Amino acid sequence: MSLETITTILGGLTIGAALMVVISRHPVRSVLYLVLTFFLISSNYILMNAQFLAVVNIIVYAGAIMVLFLFVLMLLNLDKDSEPKTHILVKIASVVAGGILFTVLIAALKDGIALGEAAAASAQNNEGLVQNLGQLLFSKYVLPFEVSSVLFIASMVGAVLLAKREKQVID
Amino acid sequence: MVLGSIFNAGVSIEYYIVLSTILFVIGAIGVMVRRNAIILLMCIELMLNAVNLLMVAFSTYFGKADGQIFVFFIMVVAAAEATVGLSILVMAYRNIRTTDVGLFNKLKG
Repeated sequence: MSLETITTILGGLTIGAALMVVISRHPVRSVLYLVLTFFLISSNYILMNAQFLAVVNIIVYAGAIMVLFLFVLMLLNLDKDSEPKTHILVKIASVVAGGILFTVLIAALKDGIALGEAAAASAQNNEGLVQNLGQLLFSKYVLPFEVSSVLFIASMVGAVLLAKREKQVID
Repeated sequence: MVLGSIFNAGVSIEYYIVLSTILFVIGAIGVMVRRNAIILLMCIELMLNAVNLLMVAFSTYFGKADGQIFVFFIMVVAAAEATVGLSILVMAYRNIRTTDVGLFNKLKG
């Protein structure tokens, strides 16, 4: 099987899983399809020789964020019956707007490639490995790395503060 | 051992541009179509992942690791955003007993 066949099948599966996230009526099923989408995107990362990001994607997205979504869905006890309905006109308008967005994005992006043909030819193909990424992260990008820890502290404090049960109930 | 990039083996960068644009548009359509606020947050995650995929594709294509560092930071911001967004949703659900964004239209306390 050629490489192009493999990438085409993987891409088709990714798009199918992403479509099922939007289409499924049941919220829990939506979450599970999104986990599947993240696994397929990770396999695309592996194909592109970005092993570190593939593993981090599975651990952070599929492992942590989606489990958080599942917990909230089960906490709120949402199921198929409580799912709000959308008007058919809104659906048609959304799909038309999405198609226009797709056309514009493709038209904008397809001319950007020709700029860097020479740089692409001399690529080394080992930039996705942990050694390379780690050295870059702790030398050139060490300040954003430290700032992101402040962001995490802020979001953690915010989440605890928001989720704390209030003493007085507002009717 | 370092394997050759798939872009040297015949797969073109246009393939990944189209794939990640389709994923982004599916996420955008999801934000417009669905009314459950949790599904909306999930569609935003899907759009962020489409951008990540394109960043990794270009990073591999040009042989520069900076794009993959940015993907790492996007994941950090997405995790923080999901935490705060979900806790706001849980609080809103406690007050008005629904996650339908069409009913989040009363700004009174």
